[in-house]
Amino acid sequence: MRLFNNAQYRFIEARKKAYVVSGIVLAIGIGAMATNIASLGSWQNYGVDFVGGSLVQVRFEQPVTAGELRDALGGAQAPPITQFGSDNEFVIRAPLNEDASITEVAEDLEASVSANLPNSGVEVVRTELVGAKVGAELQTKALQAVLFSFILTLLYLAFRFELRFGLAAVIATAHDILITLGFLALFRVEIALPTVAAILTILGYSLNDTIVVFDRVRENMRAKGARKRDPVDLVNESINETLPRTVLTSGTTLAVLTALLVLGGAVIRDFTIVLILGVVIGTYSSIFVASPALIEIQKRWGIADPERKKDRPQPATV
Amino acid sequence: MFKSLRGRLITVAIVVLTAGWQLYSHKTETGQWLKLGLDLQGGMHLVLEVDDPDGTMTAEAKSDMIDRVDRIIRTRIDEFGVEEPLIQKVGGERLIVELAGIDDEEQAKGIVQRNAFLEFKKVLPTSDMDGALRRIDRAIVASLGVDSITALGRAVIQEETSNLENLLFGADTATVDSATAAADSAAAAVADSIEAEENALRPFSSLLLIGDIEGTYLVAAADRPVAEMFLAMSEVERAFPREQIMLWGSELVGQAAQTFYRLYVLEEDSFLTGAELEDATAMRDPQFNQSQVQFEFSRAGGRQFARFSGANIGNYLAIVLDNEVMSAPVIRDRIGARGQIEMGQGTPLEEARDLALVLRAGALPARINIVEERTVGPSLGQDSIDQGRIAGLVGIGLVVVIMIAYYGVAGFLAVGALAVYVLLVLGGLAGLNATLTVPGIAGLILSIGMAVDANVLIFERIREELDHGRAARTAVDEGFQHALSAIVDANITTLITALILFQFGTGPVQGFAVTLSIGIVASFFSALFVTRSFFLAYLSGKKASDPISI
Repeated sequence: MRLFNNAQYRFIEARKKAYVVSGIVLAIGIGAMATNIASLGSWQNYGVDFVGGSLVQVRFEQPVTAGELRDALGGAQAPPITQFGSDNEFVIRAPLNEDASITEVAEDLEASVSANLPNSGVEVVRTELVGAKVGAELQTKALQAVLFSFILTLLYLAFRFELRFGLAAVIATAHDILITLGFLALFRVEIALPTVAAILTILGYSLNDTIVVFDRVRENMRAKGARKRDPVDLVNESINETLPRTVLTSGTTLAVLTALLVLGGAVIRDFTIVLILGVVIGTYSSIFVASPALIEIQKRWGIADPERKKDRPQPATV
Repeated sequence: MFKSLRGRLITVAIVVLTAGWQLYSHKTETGQWLKLGLDLQGGMHLVLEVDDPDGTMTAEAKSDMIDRVDRIIRTRIDEFGVEEPLIQKVGGERLIVELAGIDDEEQAKGIVQRNAFLEFKKVLPTSDMDGALRRIDRAIVASLGVDSITALGRAVIQEETSNLENLLFGADTATVDSATAAADSAAAAVADSIEAEENALRPFSSLLLIGDIEGTYLVAAADRPVAEMFLAMSEVERAFPREQIMLWGSELVGQAAQTFYRLYVLEEDSFLTGAELEDATAMRDPQFNQSQVQFEFSRAGGRQFARFSGANIGNYLAIVLDNEVMSAPVIRDRIGARGQIEMGQGTPLEEARDLALVLRAGALPARINIVEERTVGPSLGQDSIDQGRIAGLVGIGLVVVIMIAYYGVAGFLAVGALAVYVLLVLGGLAGLNATLTVPGIAGLILSIGMAVDANVLIFERIREELDHGRAARTAVDEGFQHALSAIVDANITTLITALILFQFGTGPVQGFAVTLSIGIVASFFSALFVTRSFFLAYLSGKKASDPISI
């Protein structure tokens, strides 16, 4: 079976359209962040991990609705309750008094639930308490991690390719992460620690995809007569040549992630959604953002002379 | 060796067997294929921090505080009632304590947060206890009755006799080494304990063997629970001589294939507490190849210490932390506010550092707060494992179908390499004793999808070479060669992100980073070496011009 064999799509010529698409999506995301700042007081819906606070996750043997649970916990005065995965599991963002222990809070919650909903078979399956300071530090650390990996990749690509390849790859990756953050802001997905792991994984995946295309560009630039060729043609050809691989790899990765989404359980559902989104955006951006960025950088600053740097180090063969 | 097909296949077989062996030995050693994180097996995760509301403490002071708290908690490990609590210092000012499978969370927090109490006590000669031991034995007999002690004693004595056999036949040194003056009473204890009836009348003293240090008894590690039970009885407490107590030593003493705890006879009132200790540092004296701990008391503490040490030259001094004797050096001279403990020839500096920490643990300058607390019930973890397993199997199944449908025989070879890959990752996780977490499972499953990427890159390249009219064998060689640079660069950049993730994260996120990193290395090997070996095996039966299924 072969897909997209000898494809001849004019990807680079379509870049203006892609800019518009990306621009709109980015604008929606940034708009969502702004709205969140106005309504939630924070650009993302940070979970307990990042702002501090406490939560208690309960599981019922019998089906219980969120409304019933809310009534059992004092109706209007009840702490925020969200359903977690299956019908019988809920996360309660429990308010925590100074010096009160989360274990006590969980016991109180359990007691009042079983008093008001007898025979529901309530069980506390998870409790979390994070100090506000710890959470705030984590926000800074997460940001540092993303920035730091940007810098390191830029350096690595500048060393292995050329500076403009590194710049284009970082632009594409920044684009992917911004869109993902916009999506998270729009749907107010709760940001937990694994979400940051997912974002960094997207960063890795998106780079991976971009590098495969760039590797082909690098190779085609070294071919005979490449100097006389139109760079746009050359990049288009490279994208088309790697297109079957791009589609197939995205396909297998998405297949696995879908299995994880459907069967993997509620604990990693948000995590998986972020990853799926990232794979789709990463694939799109390596074609429609990274490659055009390469062309634009070359047009503006004209640092491209394929023949000038022909003696690239070749990795050893196995 | 890598040139020949046989050499290649043997290498693959060796790697597979090694990975399988890692998994198998992890299973036999720990009872689990892989070490599970708290989010999978359930447990409690605590993060402790130095309370510094005014922000006046220096970073060094905080770091030192954390070291001391670390040391204190380690002495209490037995109290948690769980195996292998993980205690880890992070960033110089925090301490992570992970307790897997804990039952009573409040109690665990109490143990972690309780203040440590350091005291200095005088070690008394065991002869001071001679009369008391008889009274204690009688008190136990009177309180529990002969029958219940024989019932209890039978278990004790059965073990005791087997211990005795060890001592008599395998370990004469144990008694020879001890002070000969006390050998009589040891021999008496040995002889007595053979007879159960009589033992029941000497329930406590029959557990004691004469100690290796003055002022101590040795109790076989197996007998400690019974001895502890006796010591906790209020009747026994009343039978104790005035102003005397017995406390356990912290370390396990090995003697002739057996392990013992020391039981110290001490003066009940401590003559000094850790509050008077101002500093203690470990040093190395290169001239005598000796480690030592230098300590400094407050002025008042120094006066008390001078009075005590002057009157007790030649006696032992017990350093007691949380009612456990951490060390018992002999007093050589009168010591004032400053002094040093010499650790003996050839003792590593580590031991001196540890004792210095113990000394400083008694006077913590600030409070310790719990800034993060997470508990996961065991049922939730089991669900995650089950769901992860199903999702993983279905995911692998999908990849297998896609690869074989798309690449035919070559796809089949890639699936074989994928099987090697999965085994390698699991073996790597087991070999490094890495912790599997919920995000780690997701990382593992995701990496399966990505692991085929290298294969796809290679196969597409081979197809292109075939399109250019190359013969199968040349096309395969060229395909592997041309795909290499893309695979190297893509994998290294992903590795960079994984390493940063590891630096940044704690617990579950680190588990994810480790899985991802091992996955990258394993996919490198499986795609470039294993797939290629399989390909060579596939080509070996063909002529260079025969078509291949790809």
